[in-house]
Amino acid sequence: MQPTDRMQPIRSVLVANRGEIARRVMRTARAMGIITVAVYSDADDGAPHMREADQAVRLVGSTPADTYLRGDLIIAAARATGADAIHPGYGFLSENEAFARECATARLTFIGPSPEAIRQMGSKVGAKQLMADAGVPVLPGYTVTPKTTSADLASAADEISYPVLVKASFGGGGRGMRIVRDPDALIDEVAQAQREAAAAFGDGTVFLEKYIEGPRHIEVQIFGDHHGTVISLFERECSIQRRHQKIIEEAPSPVVNPEQREALGAAARAAGESLGYVGAGTVEFVMDAEGRFFFLEVNTRLQVEHPVTELITGLDLVRMQIEIAQGASLPTAAIEARIHGHAIEARLYAEDVEAGFVPTSGPIHRLHIPETVGLRVDSGYEDGSAVSTFYDAMISKVIAWAPTRAEATTILADALRRAEIHGVVTNRDLLVNTLRHAEFVAGRTDTAFLERNDFRTLGIAGGVDATRQLHALAAALAPERAAKSPHPPDVPRGWRNVGTHTATTVFHCGDDEVLVTVQRARGGVTAAINGESAVTVRIIHELHDFVEFELLGRRHRVRLHHIAGHVYADSADGSTDLVRVPRFALPERHVAAGSLLSPMPGTVVAVRAAVGDVVSAGQVLVALEAMKMEHSIRAPVDGVVTEVRVVAGDQVETGAILIVVGEADTEPESERTEP
Amino acid sequence: MAQLRTQIDTASETYRSNRAGLSMLLRHHDEQVAMALDGGGERYNARHRARGKMLARERIELLVDADSAFLEMSPLAGWGTQFQVGASMVTGIGVISGVECVIVANDPTVRGGTMNPYTLRKHLRALEISRLNRLPLVTLVESGGADLPTQADLFVPAGQIFHDITQLSAMGIPTIALVFGNSTAGGAYMPGMSDYAVLVDKQAKVLLGGPPLVKMATGEESNDEELGGAAMHNRVSGVGDYFAIDELDCIRIGREIVADLNWRKLGPAPKADPAEPVYDIDELLGIASPDLRVPFDPHEVIARIVDGSEFNEYKAQYGTSIVTGWAQVHGYPVGILANAQGVLFMDEAKKATEFILLANQTDTPLLFLQNTTGYMVGREYEQAGMVKDGAKMINAVTNSAVPHITIVMGASYGAGNYGMCGRAFGPRFLFAWPNSKMAVMGPQQLAGVMSIVARQAAAATGSPFDEVADAAQRERVEQQIERESHAFFNSGRVYDDGIIDPRDTRTVLGIALSAVHSNVVEGRRGFGVFRM
Repeated sequence: MQPTDRMQPIRSVLVANRGEIARRVMRTARAMGIITVAVYSDADDGAPHMREADQAVRLVGSTPADTYLRGDLIIAAARATGADAIHPGYGFLSENEAFARECATARLTFIGPSPEAIRQMGSKVGAKQLMADAGVPVLPGYTVTPKTTSADLASAADEISYPVLVKASFGGGGRGMRIVRDPDALIDEVAQAQREAAAAFGDGTVFLEKYIEGPRHIEVQIFGDHHGTVISLFERECSIQRRHQKIIEEAPSPVVNPEQREALGAAARAAGESLGYVGAGTVEFVMDAEGRFFFLEVNTRLQVEHPVTELITGLDLVRMQIEIAQGASLPTAAIEARIHGHAIEARLYAEDVEAGFVPTSGPIHRLHIPETVGLRVDSGYEDGSAVSTFYDAMISKVIAWAPTRAEATTILADALRRAEIHGVVTNRDLLVNTLRHAEFVAGRTDTAFLERNDFRTLGIAGGVDATRQLHALAAALAPERAAKSPHPPDVPRGWRNVGTHTATTVFHCGDDEVLVTVQRARGGVTAAINGESAVTVRIIHELHDFVEFELLGRRHRVRLHHIAGHVYADSADGSTDLVRVPRFALPERHVAAGSLLSPMPGTVVAVRAAVGDVVSAGQVLVALEAMKMEHSIRAPVDGVVTEVRVVAGDQVETGAILIVVGEADTEPESERTEP
Repeated sequence: MAQLRTQIDTASETYRSNRAGLSMLLRHHDEQVAMALDGGGERYNARHRARGKMLARERIELLVDADSAFLEMSPLAGWGTQFQVGASMVTGIGVISGVECVIVANDPTVRGGTMNPYTLRKHLRALEISRLNRLPLVTLVESGGADLPTQADLFVPAGQIFHDITQLSAMGIPTIALVFGNSTAGGAYMPGMSDYAVLVDKQAKVLLGGPPLVKMATGEESNDEELGGAAMHNRVSGVGDYFAIDELDCIRIGREIVADLNWRKLGPAPKADPAEPVYDIDELLGIASPDLRVPFDPHEVIARIVDGSEFNEYKAQYGTSIVTGWAQVHGYPVGILANAQGVLFMDEAKKATEFILLANQTDTPLLFLQNTTGYMVGREYEQAGMVKDGAKMINAVTNSAVPHITIVMGASYGAGNYGMCGRAFGPRFLFAWPNSKMAVMGPQQLAGVMSIVARQAAAATGSPFDEVADAAQRERVEQQIERESHAFFNSGRVYDDGIIDPRDTRTVLGIALSAVHSNVVEGRRGFGVFRM
């Protein structure tokens, strides 16, 4: 960093974000001796990002609109804590022009580009035009205005050539986006996209664009300083996407050659220069099968996937952001950066892949990703955290670096597979299987990857049945901590002097059931799974949280985590979430229909049912006064009144029949099976 | 404490022949136990299951804590009699909700779970173990009552069951009845006298007289449900405390009742992390001799059952036919008395007496390892007052108040059985190895004594002595005594709490010592230790 007369030192930074990015930014800020200030919503009370900050300011409420999107509250928090800068992270207020202006008004350094650059890139149509003017290749397109006639639309689409993409002008994340292959459907699709865009982004402007089949998503990291320098830090490929959202990103791209890289970099720098860009930004392109690339958009923020660029260049992009915001020039190391090795990032999401990538929420009982050489984990969660429904469901970014792409892929897949992720359902298996997929390994990573390959199949770990069985056996062997034995510890488990001890444990694993029968005798232990023939198990350790055994000559080591009724099993074979079926289930409350008797001598005050009335359990049928208190006689079950024996004013003795309730239906009682 | 050294040569002929003999006896024992395990046999078990019911042992397996140890007692009760081996009942020490309990379960597949004289002995012994060791009693009731043809041997003594159950309650030892089926006539008092009664819907039948008897007695028309059903007893009579919708629910409720007993053991806790013996307990099969005329060194046994094989021997050079000393078993301190050469002489009796007094001074439980042919006889010994010294030992054993556990690992003959804490001396637990024998004396000796007495009687009256008849008589008597001193025979009469595999001895002792410590462990005081 080269000091200049424009230096505005930052002493304290407020990070207007949550989760992993807030922690990531604070990590660098701390290393730079800058005081860190967090903001947190009620849902994030106690979250790692707020605990790790030097100061934390509460934002009342939990929805983003009430909290992390409230620029006024965040500026107030910065003032209250004496912060002199705000880092917006990504998402939330990071690309909000008004917020960037308000920061300036409040004399707070906004760590990001100028409000003007944000504004210019906020409009996709405007951005595209600006880029075309700067000589950056753009896709042929057409903006739909209120004056556009059907004929205009049709000819524009013909000129672009089908398939065409209809896109919202303001917005992102795939909403309001439609692919049109059939000219007859064009008018309707445009109208629908306009409605969706209006509903989602408050502006119904859409535009047409050439749609590229199976493109690759290539983006270039750029950086600009206050002194007019704009550099590019090579490309990232982020083509593995689900629902138009990236899940695996890497740098460099496996298909971009040095000439293309140079061309991409030049185009990206041209884009940045045309904007007078300051700070970190990303120029996104699509690349077609022939290797031609076209401008997509500029993201005026730090990207989620910035770590892959950091790992191949050795730069700290957050440090560069802060230094540039302080007025420094771009460091030489960045200007002279070279690609070193290969980095891949996988985004671990709380989501149910099989159900169609539905976000999940709930507790993370354990989050342990094994540390290996070349592995970086940026995580917003830790053991005991909970994923709330209010925010993006990304749990962690797991990033691997190695000299080659193949090695980095192996490290990443292995770390994910070995990770202990207990509690919420995640996309871990999808990530592992994608990383190990032949197409991925071969670099065939266009955006249609998860359309070509069934994500439901990819979302399930391989050899799952065998792993489940091994893990269920381990869980059955592990003693339940609840059973505290008064016997000396050396008395063998399940010891019998007469006969042999047979214990059957049933586990639920998703919708499946695994039944483990373990027989212990002097000669050793045998186990049978799902009623199959028993095999000998040589037990080396059987502890509550760790079981080691030998089965058919192979040694298995299984770690077990018992929590909230679940047993999470992890071993070299994978991970399994098991639910132990208790030996004894509480029976349904069992009340027989029948006669309602007077509990004590008294006077009937009121009869509130007549013969034939359909009554429900708990309904008051008779009021009885006795010993100065009024007692309610209630229906024991849902049923029909078959007899009423008393009227108001009757004196009744203990045990007198007041009313008879018959069962509502004649279904046989549910049978319970015995073990 | 000194670690014992072993002299055992596992390659020796003795070792191998002992091992072969013991293994054969264990196989025989397993065969007999299999008969008890079979209960009423395939047909009756199937019929029982067809009614949606569980077998007695299945009920127990669910009642006890998952993967906990269960020490079954007297599985051979009734062996060698006209009754089914096992005596239509299962008893044992099991852990329920973390509490060691005595469990008694009728086996309804054997003659409807009815009680015969051996069932009675087995039941009373279980009650005694509950009382002596202060272990809660859980009874799984499903019995047709007395086996009526044997009522003459049952009716009067069976009153003791009633007596003992109510006495347990008075002593603060909880009694819980889980009623799965018939509990009629006298059986109705089983839930009636217990502190807690759980009745299974549509199965429990707790009544003094069934519909036919009621009809005969009073002319009243009635049915089982009105007289003794779970619904009636829970809603009307109050005989039932808990209503179970089925057997599983009944067991669940039973476990919850025990969990809520707020039970605390009164004896001291064992030392943590006891060391395993350094020698393999498996070798006991080659150490114990099936031929009881061949003694074996009890040090070898002790070395394989005590913690770290460490034994602090008391009076090692005095009265060497009995070995005494201190050790720990599963962290519990014990005093051990073990016969070495079978015979108990005066010095042995005095040494044992002193040792028992010492154990009472220090509240240390005693472990008797029996392999005795009795107190010494002969002019020299009678004249030296063998009787007085034997009496000292028996006096000490009788009045010792620390818990006693007896393992019959060989011979148990004559007054040696008494002095070494035989069944009549109220050991908390008494288990036998399959090679053991128990009788007033050895078969040859007994037959020989009878022959000499007959010969003397003939000589006194001057009548001729029939040598051929005498030889035949000796043969018969010898066979009879051989049979009657057999371990299975004595176990059948509930003279022990069961035959155990010698290799299980340490585990059995662990469970037994743990159970013993449910009660206060306190020696008798009043006099000092008499040095004799």
